[in-house]
Amino acid sequence: MQEIVMPFNNQAMALLCLLIPLLPLIGFIVNGLGNRKLAKGMVSLIGCGTVLASFLISVYLFVDFTANGSRAYTVDFYNWISVGDMQIGFSFLIDQLTLLMMLMVTGIGFLIHLYSAGYMSHDENFGKFFAFINLFMFSMLLLVMGSNYVMMFVGWEGVGLCSYLLIGFWNKNTNYNNAAKKAFVMNRIGDLGFLLGIFLIFITFGSVSYPQVFAEAARYTGGIDSTVMIAITLLLFVGAMGKSAQIPLFTWLPDAMAGPTPVSALIHAATMVTAGIYMVLRSNVLYVLAPTTMEVIAIVGIATALLAATIGLAQNDIKKVLAYSTVSQLGYMFLALGVMAFDSSIFHVLTHAFFKALLFLGAGSVIHAMSNEQDIRYMGGLRKYLPITFLTFLIGTLAIAGIPPFAGFFSKDELLAHVWEHNKLMWGLGLLTSFMTSFYMFRLVFLTFFGTFRGTEAQKSHLHESPISMTLPLIVLAILSTIGGFLGIPAVFGENMHLLQNYLAPIYGYAQVANAAAVAPLHIEHSTEWMLMGISVAVAVVAIILAYVMYVSKKQVPAAEGTKLSPIHNLIYNKYYIDELYNAIIVRPIMWLSSIFHKVFDVVIVDGVVNGVGKFVVQSSRTLRFAQSGAIGFYILIMVVSIALILFLNFFIG
Amino acid sequence: MNQIPEIIRTVPLEYYLFFSTALFAIGVIGVLTRRNAIIIFMCVELMLNAVNVLLTALASYRGDATGQVFVFFIMAVAAAEVCVGLAIIVMIYRNIRSTDVQLLNRLKW
Amino acid sequence: MITALLLFWPALAALLVLLIKGQGAKKVAFVAALVEFAIAIVATTGFDAASGATQFELNLPWVENAGIGFHIGMDGISLLMVLLTTFLVPLIILSAFKHDYKNPNAFYALILFMQTGLIGVFVALDAFLFYFFWEVALIPIYFIAAIWGGVNRIPVTFKFFVYTIFGSLFMLAAFVYLYFQTGATELAAHSSDVQAFYQLALSAESQSWIFWFLFIAFAIKMPVFPFHTWQPDTYTESPTQATMLLSGIMLKMGIYGVLRWLLPVVPMGVSQWDELVLILSIIGIVYGSVIAIRQHDLKRLIAYSSIAHVGLIAAGIFTLNEQGLQGGVIQMLSHGINVTGLFFIIEIIYRRTNTREITSLGGITQNAKALSIFFMILLLGSVALPLTNGFVGEFLLLLGVYNYNAWFGAVAGLTIILSSVYMLRMFQGVMFGTKSEHTEAFTDLTFNEKAVLIPLVIMVFWIGLFPNTFLSISEPAVGNLLNIINR
Repeated sequence: MQEIVMPFNNQAMALLCLLIPLLPLIGFIVNGLGNRKLAKGMVSLIGCGTVLASFLISVYLFVDFTANGSRAYTVDFYNWISVGDMQIGFSFLIDQLTLLMMLMVTGIGFLIHLYSAGYMSHDENFGKFFAFINLFMFSMLLLVMGSNYVMMFVGWEGVGLCSYLLIGFWNKNTNYNNAAKKAFVMNRIGDLGFLLGIFLIFITFGSVSYPQVFAEAARYTGGIDSTVMIAITLLLFVGAMGKSAQIPLFTWLPDAMAGPTPVSALIHAATMVTAGIYMVLRSNVLYVLAPTTMEVIAIVGIATALLAATIGLAQNDIKKVLAYSTVSQLGYMFLALGVMAFDSSIFHVLTHAFFKALLFLGAGSVIHAMSNEQDIRYMGGLRKYLPITFLTFLIGTLAIAGIPPFAGFFSKDELLAHVWEHNKLMWGLGLLTSFMTSFYMFRLVFLTFFGTFRGTEAQKSHLHESPISMTLPLIVLAILSTIGGFLGIPAVFGENMHLLQNYLAPIYGYAQVANAAAVAPLHIEHSTEWMLMGISVAVAVVAIILAYVMYVSKKQVPAAEGTKLSPIHNLIYNKYYIDELYNAIIVRPIMWLSSIFHKVFDVVIVDGVVNGVGKFVVQSSRTLRFAQSGAIGFYILIMVVSIALILFLNFFIG
Repeated sequence: MNQIPEIIRTVPLEYYLFFSTALFAIGVIGVLTRRNAIIIFMCVELMLNAVNVLLTALASYRGDATGQVFVFFIMAVAAAEVCVGLAIIVMIYRNIRSTDVQLLNRLKW
Repeated sequence: MITALLLFWPALAALLVLLIKGQGAKKVAFVAALVEFAIAIVATTGFDAASGATQFELNLPWVENAGIGFHIGMDGISLLMVLLTTFLVPLIILSAFKHDYKNPNAFYALILFMQTGLIGVFVALDAFLFYFFWEVALIPIYFIAAIWGGVNRIPVTFKFFVYTIFGSLFMLAAFVYLYFQTGATELAAHSSDVQAFYQLALSAESQSWIFWFLFIAFAIKMPVFPFHTWQPDTYTESPTQATMLLSGIMLKMGIYGVLRWLLPVVPMGVSQWDELVLILSIIGIVYGSVIAIRQHDLKRLIAYSSIAHVGLIAAGIFTLNEQGLQGGVIQMLSHGINVTGLFFIIEIIYRRTNTREITSLGGITQNAKALSIFFMILLLGSVALPLTNGFVGEFLLLLGVYNYNAWFGAVAGLTIILSSVYMLRMFQGVMFGTKSEHTEAFTDLTFNEKAVLIPLVIMVFWIGLFPNTFLSISEPAVGNLLNIINR
C-alpha cells in the first residue's frame, strides 16, 4: 500500500508546485487585461511561455519524484473552507497519476498554445483567446493536482467555464453561443451528480481529502457492492458522464466544435474530456468496492462508443467527424474502466491525447488553408498542397485505426484484450466500433487529401501549407503518436516491459487492500493475445480497404445537402434525432413549466390569493359603509338593541 | 337631616326599581321615536334621572354614601352637557331652521 | 459604545444631509457612509472572533418598569451583517451619483436613515427594540420606492408595505405573548430581553403557534415561497438604489430574524415544522429558477433568481446543522454582494439604452469590455462557480441540506443547473450576438461605475478564495446558537 507522506515541508518544492498552475493564471490575468493593448508577439510569448514553464517545472517535479523513491506527497497551502469538523484545504497531491496528467496537460497544452499563436494570428481578440486558454490550463491543473474532491471540483467547474468561454469565443454568432451554453448546462448536470457524490463521500468517510478517504475506504467494512458505495460511485460517474460526454450527456461535445480548432484539440479532445477518466481512476479504491457501478460504466462506455461511431460514419464536417470519434474513443476508455482495466484506460487517454490532438490540429491546418471551409465534400486532393499536414494527419489516422506500430494499436489492443476476458459480447461490439472508427477516419482522409479538389476557385488559389508554428506541433505530435505506444508494450513481446503499468502500480495500493480480486493483473494466454491482436488489425485493414474502394477507386462523394437518403442513413446523418428528443422531453417541458408557473401559478394563484385578501377588505368596506346611513335614530336603535342583547346574553346565557 | 335615608327607606325598594325602570324605558322610547332634538335631549335627561333615582335608593338601602356621591357627579356632568348640548341645538336651528334630527344625516358613507 | 455609534451615526448624518440643498447632498451622504464603514472596520478589529459571546454590549433601561431595555450588542453573525450593510451602503450611494434624483437631500437622507434601521435590526438584543428597528427600516424604503420609483410605483409599493406590515404584526403578537411568558415562574418582572426569551420553556403546542407567527413575518421579508409575490414587482418598480437596498440587505433581515429570534426561541416548534419549511424553501428554489428562465425583464429575472437563492439559504438554515447554518451566513454576504452588483449592472445598461428587455439588447460586449468582465464575474459568483463567493455558500448549504435529507439535497441542487440556464441565457441575450439599435452606441464603464464594481468584485474573490476570514467570525456564534437550540 502506498503511504502518502504528509505534510510536505519543503518550502521551495511547495512553491514550485504552486507555480505550475499559477503561471498560466498569471498569463490569463496579463493577457486578459492587456487584450488589444499588448502586441500579438508579446501575448503569444506570455501565453506559450507560462505554459512551457509549467511543463518544465512538471518535468523537474517528475524527475525529482522518481529520484526520491517515488513517494507520493501532499503540499498544503492553506485551509480553504473550514466548518466544524469539515476541513477543506487548498492543497495538492503529487503522485504518479498526478504527474502523468500534469505532463500530458502541460506538454500537449504547450504544443497547442504554440499552434494557436499561428492559427489565431488574424483574430482581433488574440489576447482574449490566450487569456482564456491559459485560464483553462490553470483550471485543468487544479483539477489534476488537487488533493481532495472539492479541489477537483474547483478545476472541474473551472474547465467547464473555460470550455463555455472558448466555444462561444466568436460570440457574435448566436449558434456558437447556444452551443457554448449547451455545453455548460450539460456539464452542470453532471456536476450536480459529482457534487452530490462529494457530499455522500463526506458523510460516509468524514472527509473529502484523498489520503483520508482512500485510507478509510480501504478499511471499509460495509463489504463489496454496498448501497452507499454504489451510490457514491454512480453519482461521481454522473459527473464523469457530463464532462467526458457519455450517454446521455454527450450531445454537447459535437456542438462544442463551434469553438476555434485549437480549443477543440486541447479541451474537447486531449485534456478536459478525459477528466472523467482521471476521476474514476483517482477514486479507483471506491470503484473496486462497487462492481455493479463498474458494470454500468462498461455498458455506458460501449454503448457510447458504438453510438458515436455510427454517427461518425455519415458526418461531412471534418471537425464533427473528429468530435464523434472523440466521443467514441471516450466510450472505449470508460469501457476499459468498467472492466477494471485501469492501466489500459489511462494508456488510451494518453495515446488518444497524442493522436486526437494531432488530428484536430491537422484538421485546423486544413480549415486554415481552406479559408474556414469545414465540409469535406468541398475538399479533396489536398495532399499536394499540404504535404506536412497530410503526412501527420495520416499518422494520426493510422494511430486511431490501431495499425501497428502506432500508438493507438498498443492501447486499443490492450484494452480489447481486457474486455475479451471480461465479456465476449462487449469485445465483439468493441471490435465493431473499431471497424467503424477505422472506416470513417479513412473516409475522412481519402475525401480530404485524395482525389481532386472540389472547392471553389477562390479557395483553391489560397491553398497553402501552414506556418512553422502550426506545423511544428503537428510534427511533434506525429512523433508522439508513432512512438507513444511503446510506453505500454504488451506481455507477449516481453515480460515487464509495460512501463506505464509498472509506473502506475502504486496508485492501486488501497484498491488492493479493499478488493484484491478486482485489481489482479490480467493473465491471458499468449496465443489468445496474438489472436486478438491479429483480429483487430485485420478488421482495421479491411475497413481501410473498404474506404479506399468506396472513396478513392469509386470516387464517391457524400450526398449533397437535401438529397433524399435511405432511412438508416438519414437516421445516423441526423444523429438519431437525439437533440430533437432532448428538446422535446426536457427543454420544452421546462419552458412550458416556466410559463405556467409564472403566468398561472404566480400571477393568478399565489398573487391572486394575496390580492384577493386586499380586494376582500376593499369590497367588504365598500359594502359595509352603507350601514353608516347618517340617520341618528337608526344608530341609537342599534345601540339600544345591542345593549339589550349584551345584557340578555350576560344574564341568561353567561 | 340624617333621617333622609330613613325617609327614603319608607318606600319599598321594588317601587323604586319599577319606577326608575319605567322612567328609563320612557326615556329610551322617547329618544328612539321622537324627531325633535330638544325632546330627544329631554329624554336623555330622563334616562339620567332614572339612574339617579335608582342610585339614591340603593345607596340608602345599603347604607353606603358612594352611590349618592355619584349622583352629584352625574348631575354636574348633566348640567355641563345641557349647556353644550343646547348650544349645539341652537346653532343647528340657526343653520337649518329646524330641530328635526332626520334632517341631520349628512355624516354618512 | 461603538455599537451605539454605528447605530446612530447614519441617523445623525441623515439629519445633516437633509439640511443640504442641491446635489451636494450625495457627497456628504457618501462620506458619512464611508465613515460608518470605517467605524464598522474599527469594530471588527476590536472584535474577539474566538469568542462566541455578544460583544460591544450596551444595555440601557428604556421602559424600565416593563423590563424593556435598550439592549444592543454584536456577536459574530451580527457583526458580519453589520459589515455587509456598512460595506454596501456607500456603494449604493455612489451608484446613484450619475443619477440626478429630484430632492436629492431627502433621497440620500432616507438611505442613511434606513441604514440606522438595518443596523438596529442586526444589533438589537431586545425583542421590542428589534421590532422597532424592523419597522424603522421599512419606512424609508417605502418612501424611496414610492417617490422615486417607476410608473407603477404607488400600487406596488403599497402592496409591499401592507404585506410586510401584515407579517410584522404577527411577529409583534408573538413577541407580546413571549413577553408575558417571561418571569412567569417566579416573582420577577417580565422582560423582553433576548436572553429571557431564550430561557423560556414553553410547551410544544405554544411553541408551534409562536413558530408560525414569527415564521410568517420573516418568511414575507425573505421572501420564501409562497410569500414572495410582492418581491418581483417591488424590485422592478423601485429605483435601483432601493432595489439594491431591498435585495442586498433588507432581505437578510428576514434570515437574520430566523437565526436570532426564531430558531433559539422556539426550538421545539422548529423541530415540528422544519421539514415543511424545507419543502417550501426547496419548492421556492426550483420555482424561482424555473420562472427566471423565461423572464425578459432583467430586473424581474434577477428578482426571481433571488427567490431561488434565498430559498436555498432558508433551507440550509432550517437544517440546523453547522454546515447549513455557516453556509447560510456566508451566503447572505455573497448574495448581498452579487445581487447588488447585478442590479447595478442592469442600471448601467438601462442608463445607456433605456430598456431592460433582453430581446432589445445584444452585442454589448463588443463595445464594453470592462462591463463584460465585471458582469461575467458577478454572474459567475451568482451561479456558484468555485473560487467565487457563491460557491462556498452553496456548497455548504447544499451539504447541509443533503445531510438533512439526501433527496432534498438533490432537488435543491437543481439550482446549480437552473441558475446556469437562466444566467447564461441572460448574459448571452444582453452581451453576445449582434448589436441592436439600442446598443449601437453603447459606451463602456465610467470611472464612477468602476469605483462601485471594483470593491464588489474584490469581495467576490475574497470570499471565494478565503472564506475562512468570514466563516471564522461567525463560527463561535453559530456554535452558540446550536447549543441553545439543542439544549
